[in-house]
Amino acid sequence: MNLAMSEELADLSNYLIYSAMAVYTLAFLAHIAEWLFGSRSKVARTAAALTADAEAVPAQRGADTIGVTVRGKGGSTDVLERPAVVTRSASPRRDAVPDGPGAAAGDEKGDLYGRIALSLTVLAFLMHLAAVVVRTVAVERAPWANMYEFSTSFSMTVVGAYLLFLLAKKNVAWLGLPLVATVLLDLGLAVAVLYTDSTQLVPALDSVWLIIHVALAIGCGALMYVAVVSTVLFLFRDSYENKLASGGTPGKLATSVLERLPSSLSLDKFSYRITAAVFPVWTFTIIAGAIWAENAWGRYWGWDPKEVWAFITWVAYAAYLHARATAGWKGRRAAYLGIAGFVCYLINYYGVNMFVNSLHSYSGL
Amino acid sequence: MASDNVNDGRDARDAGDEAAAGAGLSTAPAQEDETPAAADAPREGGTVHPGSFGGARRPGAAGAAGWLAREVTGWTRWAWRQLTSMRVALILLFLLALGAIPGSLIPQSDANALLVEEFKADNDLLGRVYERLQLFDVYSSVWFSAIYILLFVSLIGCIVPRTWQFTGQLRGRPPRAPRRLDRMPAYTTWRTGADPEQVLGAAQRVLKRRWFRTAPGEGSVAAEKGYLREAGNLLFHLSLIVMLVAFGTSQLFYSEGGKLVVEGDGFSNTLPQYDDFSSGTLFDVDHDLDPFGFTLNEFTAEFSREGPDLGTPTVFRADITYWTPDGTETDATVQPNQPVVIGDSKIYLLGHGFAPVITVTDGQGRTAYSGPVPFLPQDTALTSTGVVKVTDYLDENGEPEQLGFQGFFNPSYAIDEVRGPHSTFPDPDLPVLTLTAYHGDLGLDSGIPQNVYQLNTRKLEQFTDEDGEPFRFDLLPGESIDLPDGKGTISYEGYERWATFKVSTKTGNGWALTGALAAVAGLAGSLLLQRRRVWVRATTDEAGRTVVELASLGRTESARIPEELADLAAALQPDAPMIPESSDQGARA
Ligand code: HEM
Repeated sequence: MNLAMSEELADLSNYLIYSAMAVYTLAFLAHIAEWLFGSRSKVARTAAALTADAEAVPAQRGADTIGVTVRGKGGSTDVLERPAVVTRSASPRRDAVPDGPGAAAGDEKGDLYGRIALSLTVLAFLMHLAAVVVRTVAVERAPWANMYEFSTSFSMTVVGAYLLFLLAKKNVAWLGLPLVATVLLDLGLAVAVLYTDSTQLVPALDSVWLIIHVALAIGCGALMYVAVVSTVLFLFRDSYENKLASGGTPGKLATSVLERLPSSLSLDKFSYRITAAVFPVWTFTIIAGAIWAENAWGRYWGWDPKEVWAFITWVAYAAYLHARATAGWKGRRAAYLGIAGFVCYLINYYGVNMFVNSLHSYSGL
Repeated sequence: MASDNVNDGRDARDAGDEAAAGAGLSTAPAQEDETPAAADAPREGGTVHPGSFGGARRPGAAGAAGWLAREVTGWTRWAWRQLTSMRVALILLFLLALGAIPGSLIPQSDANALLVEEFKADNDLLGRVYERLQLFDVYSSVWFSAIYILLFVSLIGCIVPRTWQFTGQLRGRPPRAPRRLDRMPAYTTWRTGADPEQVLGAAQRVLKRRWFRTAPGEGSVAAEKGYLREAGNLLFHLSLIVMLVAFGTSQLFYSEGGKLVVEGDGFSNTLPQYDDFSSGTLFDVDHDLDPFGFTLNEFTAEFSREGPDLGTPTVFRADITYWTPDGTETDATVQPNQPVVIGDSKIYLLGHGFAPVITVTDGQGRTAYSGPVPFLPQDTALTSTGVVKVTDYLDENGEPEQLGFQGFFNPSYAIDEVRGPHSTFPDPDLPVLTLTAYHGDLGLDSGIPQNVYQLNTRKLEQFTDEDGEPFRFDLLPGESIDLPDGKGTISYEGYERWATFKVSTKTGNGWALTGALAAVAGLAGSLLLQRRRVWVRATTDEAGRTVVELASLGRTESARIPEELADLAAALQPDAPMIPESSDQGARA
């Protein structure tokens, strides 16, 4: 491809990013509207569930299906498509707390805006995806050679993961607002601060391990981000439920917002499952990096700042998983470790790339 | 549950029953807080020391010795339990992460000794404090080592009993069904016309077909599946040990040397040939260096000439010919990310630059020096600095003296007020050599090792021109210049490229990689698989119908466990068809 053409394509990719940002902004506003309209409806199921001496609710049974009841200790039930099963969990009281109804909370207008927000997010995602693809074609290599490219790919993966969860019918719609907001922040930073015209891949980066290692690192980071949003919301929701359970009355805004989120148990499980699934991949990401380092520099591990922080991130997440497996550390304390893990990831990404003298300083700045 | 309030007595018994049902579902140690036992009340008289393991101390030396022995073993056991508890493992993991941080912020001497020196020069007091705390060598420091050694002792102390316990579980049978299946995390029930024996037989078949281990009991079947989770977890922790051992071994046996080679020159793999070299304590420099050598035939560097990437490299390639002891010669190419492997050694391409070819004739017209002199790049456009040292030199009177030159080689020469002479592009478009000249004593005999890229001007006198200004000149390839006072000439014949190579041997890489991949496999097993138990009970109710009950219990609360139970219930239908019930009796509790 000649230079003029690849420059034109690079420009096209930039325009697509700008357009995606514009559409994400609209989606953001629509989400705000969804939350605002949703606040009109009064839902207070949590308090009821926490304080009432809930009856075991009998599972629904069709005439000819087997009733498999998934029971909570307090009596919440889940009706599965097949026979319903009763489950109950280790943390007794919380079991009774139902998931919130979501941002729109059944409000008709709110629901409409929620659907508008989702459609806009899909549209923006498609542009975002196109921007990354066009950039790949323009630079004729994997689009992961500088921080601008990392950042655009990162937020694209975050949104992609979110949409896939939705497609798989997972209860993740509550993630919409925080995700779109941070995606905008990430893209804004990428465009305003991190942008570089550079298209060339220096020989030191020219390796299949770049594709494997960096792609995995971006993918893991994106999922860890989704998990950490859930963890942070878990902390809020957990305090809220604690307050309710001890007979307190949380503030109006807190009630309005937190009441619409999933229960603390669901949030905690959601982030645990993602983290547990990502951790082996993250481990492999570090190994891929080590193999690459061995190829490029003749040592697989050299305690370079980037390596150190990848290690710290890994250890922090290992600590999180250990905490989850250790009785006294479940819940909030484990959550703090999970957040620490993601903070380490961020330090490695922004901090080490931009401020620390490292062999890995490829920010392109 | 509301009904729970009325049958507390039964609850206590059921709780024990349920604990048994879940026992051994994981080999994770329970969180126990063992403190010195005051419960060991004195049985045979003597003084009791509260908070001690020794228990009662009987009078006399034997009593004291016995007490001391009990005390010591008690405390040792307590310390060992603490060290191998999950809580301490967690704390040690946390400390490991915390301890790794300073090394990423403070310059480290094995990564960049120069930066460390600079830091010490700039921060006298802080430098000394850091030195004391071994903060310039975090990853080999006593305290960092202590953390990871403790962690690994804890790990071994944890993994050995767990493996033992796990093999026991593999040989044992799944525990029998608890009395009240409806209190298990997932539960289902229905009535059928089939008789209980038939239902249980079918259940066992269905479970076996799904890879459950089953154990028939009285009126019930117990089954368990997902042992691979535990196996994966153990494999993961074992792999961590393998990786640590591999890492330690490579520290003991590694060798690593750097060598700058000018085009056309050769290198043979012996210690004196290296510019710098380091190796592990158990590496035998005399015998363990692979016997081989190579010649750098050509070094190619290409750079982007247009677009936004102007000046960034596109190709680095060193074409070499290497020989091995059996006399064969092989052509090979070393590129970034593509080392050449010879025996146990790997050759990496690290850097490159230019070496102007210089000839110096002395005051007597003899050739005093001739050859390429590597100049070291200072920036990406290859502005390079270097020195030429001429020792075999006679002045205009035939007296021995020494000459030194120092200056710049700029492949694409430019000069401005701010930067002085510098290069604007890494290719040799206008390769100008800019030098100043000295004569006198280079100080090579002082016995102090000298940097070949620096000139010690203490005993040198700088040449000056007619105006008394320092004698300084620019040369293009093929040009030469006479030194003042008939002291000889210097000619710049042309230039060669040079490349720096790193030759390294690593022991234990294979083990590290195997350990690492096993760790990932183990982790995947440990985190993605579920270990769970399923119980099926079939009893006859007062109406003569068979009541089928199914329950499952998992190690973690996974949504897949109830789904699986529903699947099992469906799979049992052909053998235990459900009798439709008119009213909903789901809450059998
Ligand atoms: C070298 C540092 C260590 C790392 C990186 C590490 C990492 C992990 C990870 C990632 C898990 C998976 C968590 C899960 O299955 O939910 C795990 C589980 C576990 N670890 Fe470690 N670990 C380390 C050291 C230790 C030590 C020292 C002990 C013993 C004191 C230990 C005992 C356990 C146990 C019992 C489990 C299983 C928990 C369960 O069954 O869910 N680990 N570890």
